[in-house]
Amino acid sequence: MRARDLLHPRPEGLYCPPGDFYIDPVRPVERALITHGHSDHARPGHAKVLATRETLDIMAIRCGPGFAGSTQAMALGDKIKVGDVTVSFHPAGHVLGSAQISVQHNGLRIVASGDYKRASDPTCAAFEVVACDVFISEATFALPVFRHPDAAHEIGKLLKSVQQFPERAHLVGAYALGKAQRVMRLLRDQGYDKPIYIHGAIARLSEYYQHQGVDLGELQPATVEDGDKSDFAGAIVIAPSSAFADRWARRFPDPLACFASGWMRIRQRAKQGGVELPLIISDHSDWIELTDTIKETGAGEVWVTHGREEALVRWCELNGISARPLHLVGYEDEGD
Amino acid sequence: MNRFAELLDRLVLTPSRNGKLKLITDHFRAVEDPDRGLALAALTGDLDIASVKPAMLRQLVSERMDPVLFGYSYDYVGDLAETVSLVWPEPSRNASPVTPPPLTPPHKGEGNVDASESPSPLWGGVRGGGSQEHDPKPKPQTLADVVAALQSASRSDGPAVLARLLDQAETSARFAIIKLVTGGLRIGVSARLAKQALADLGPVDVAEIEELWHGLTPPYAELFAWLEGKAPKPEQAAKAPFRPVMLSNPLSDGDLEKLAPADYAAEWKWDGIRVQAVSEGGIRRLYSRTGDDVSGAFPDVVASMDFDAALDGELLVGVPREATGTFSDLQQRLNRKTVSAKMQDRYPAFVRCYDLLQLNGEDLRGLAFTERRARLETFIATLDPDRFDLSPIIAFESWQQLEGMRSAPPHPIIEGVMLKRLDSAYLAGRPKGPWFKWKRDPHTVDAVLMYAQRGHGKRSSFYSDYTFGVWSGAEGQEELVPVGKAYFGFTDEELRQIDKFVRDNTIERFGPVRSVRADKSNGLVLEVAFEGLNRSTRHKSGVAMRFPRISRLRWDKPPAEADRIETLQALLD
Repeated sequence: MRARDLLHPRPEGLYCPPGDFYIDPVRPVERALITHGHSDHARPGHAKVLATRETLDIMAIRCGPGFAGSTQAMALGDKIKVGDVTVSFHPAGHVLGSAQISVQHNGLRIVASGDYKRASDPTCAAFEVVACDVFISEATFALPVFRHPDAAHEIGKLLKSVQQFPERAHLVGAYALGKAQRVMRLLRDQGYDKPIYIHGAIARLSEYYQHQGVDLGELQPATVEDGDKSDFAGAIVIAPSSAFADRWARRFPDPLACFASGWMRIRQRAKQGGVELPLIISDHSDWIELTDTIKETGAGEVWVTHGREEALVRWCELNGISARPLHLVGYEDEGD
Repeated sequence: MNRFAELLDRLVLTPSRNGKLKLITDHFRAVEDPDRGLALAALTGDLDIASVKPAMLRQLVSERMDPVLFGYSYDYVGDLAETVSLVWPEPSRNASPVTPPPLTPPHKGEGNVDASESPSPLWGGVRGGGSQEHDPKPKPQTLADVVAALQSASRSDGPAVLARLLDQAETSARFAIIKLVTGGLRIGVSARLAKQALADLGPVDVAEIEELWHGLTPPYAELFAWLEGKAPKPEQAAKAPFRPVMLSNPLSDGDLEKLAPADYAAEWKWDGIRVQAVSEGGIRRLYSRTGDDVSGAFPDVVASMDFDAALDGELLVGVPREATGTFSDLQQRLNRKTVSAKMQDRYPAFVRCYDLLQLNGEDLRGLAFTERRARLETFIATLDPDRFDLSPIIAFESWQQLEGMRSAPPHPIIEGVMLKRLDSAYLAGRPKGPWFKWKRDPHTVDAVLMYAQRGHGKRSSFYSDYTFGVWSGAEGQEELVPVGKAYFGFTDEELRQIDKFVRDNTIERFGPVRSVRADKSNGLVLEVAFEGLNRSTRHKSGVAMRFPRISRLRWDKPPAEADRIETLQALLD
């Protein structure tokens, strides 16, 4: 059978006719397979949802317990029949609970990576290479300019700045699911044992991570009900970056804006966002990880989605791998 | 090298002056000689490295990667130096544990790929990283290594030397190296700020650094040794050194009541730039008020400095006895390394002198103003009258009389009067009392708030930088054209009010910038004060304001009644 008969894009999302399901659909559907809990991939309103236990929990936290008609948890590595196709989930290394989804039918195997990274991350299971015929790769950072440095080095920059400017509060912008908790864990790994202050939007997910055995140390809400501004001098505060522009940020003394994201590799990006201390920490693959992974899967064909598709397609051409952009709509570029 | 690169990275993104000073001073403390001295020279623009053209950078990178992938990258990043620093092959990553499976050979004629030769097929056509193949673990490069390699490179081996340095550097360091060789760090740090950071290291007065500066050369080991208390102050070695200038205080309310008119001389305050013309032992230098050597831009003035003296005065353009040009005219001559004959002819420069600091080896700074002035008058008479003239003394009996002259000056480029105490010595810095500046009242214009940008640090959650515009176009079709940007002049309470207005009236957002409602009947009118206007080809309105600040919030005024562009244009002529 042709690969496009097993999986192909529809306005709702990536559709599998023989299994009659969608992967990460952007509109409500009858049956959805979800790779991970980020809101552009995991939307409420589907009748049936198949995902890892953690992803289902995260969806319930974010969208409320009634986010789907019914749910079924998949253990990583287990195989299941959906319609005529064999489906299995494999760790993607992106955030807690994230998975690649393998779809197999009549000897043809397609792996949809969802979002993934290869760099080590103490808050989630490491990516596993799954040999396949067609590999669907994300392309968020698919340009040779993106090479993420060692995250520990970036955390070192933050700790040095805290030492250098002890009178200021360091506000670290981080995506609420995954990045925020990874930054906390990385700080702990470098011996930072003071309380970390967090924005309300991050509290429940961080609590869930702690519950799942990811030790984030002492977390405190960044509120000033009884204290005053100087309480936050020298503190590290983690918040979604959108909160910086908010009146919320006024409670901190001379805040120093940091942002933990792969985009911070580009100086102009940091400058435009008013970021003083960029921390290049990403939950997506950089250029080297993307191209390494494509080769390791042994896939003869690569479909590229959300991001800079053209560069990864070009690289595949140069390396004798057939490739095409998938043109899925509805996924955010800013998901890092 | 990495420490210098990290310093540059932080400086680029640190908006506050104090933050920058702290970063630079910490760097000087943490880094040893000669690297810290070379970093200082890089910041002050005193590092002498042959420059590299952008075309050469492109050439180097095109030998190393697929041009299509480079094109995508450059489009995305937008800055050549940064793109090259980011895409340059990273030798250390070649040693990643990943074992690539055998590749299908690429199609013939497909780019410049040759998989069998490339150690890094990950790269999409990147060829190997030069010396890395022979020396997989080089010792970390210091800034001194990099500077030495670049300074000893000849024109022909320049590209190869640069490539080798980039091969051995990490990402940030590659960016720093490229910035060094393409000239101009452009990181928002002036030479003056770097000197202030040095002064903070002592701490000593920045005037002491400025005075010594022109006798010193990179890497400034003796200067650092003195600042750290390990050696005596370096001797002033340079001929024709800069002497720290004496500055005035603005006259505040109530000051005049305490001053006797008979104790002060008055002069016009000319709207040029303050310079010090020093010629000693055959060396001639023209300094800015912060001690930067600007001789290169004013060969016409320097050619006439056939004396042995140090003069303090205002640099202006024009012909002294006939016409004095405007600040816009003067700007044609500023910030140039060299200047064409045509430019010198069209905008001849001269110095309107008001003080004499040194004459034939004698230091006059300890003398009273009246004595220095008498010597100055005699001395000026011996100089080329097209290049040096005397700033006239204004005769006045009472402050009221002087006030009358101040508000109706005889020449458009006079921006007020200076008061100088007759018995005052010439003192470095800004002593309170002997010199006052009494500026003409600023111009004001009623403009409409158009865009607001978030501030930094303490103001990072406030929209505190305002772009404002005035009306332009035919009646019935008026539209606002931006005429300037201001971020101070208001109180904290007013800042809160404007911030609320911006949040409540946002119509569009672009990153940290919001555009706000601004039409005939809705909008906020700002009274903007400014010191003068220059013609500008960079701004749509054709004008650029000098020193604009918000003087009042006109909540009472409907935007339709704000000023028109013609009001500003009238000030230009």
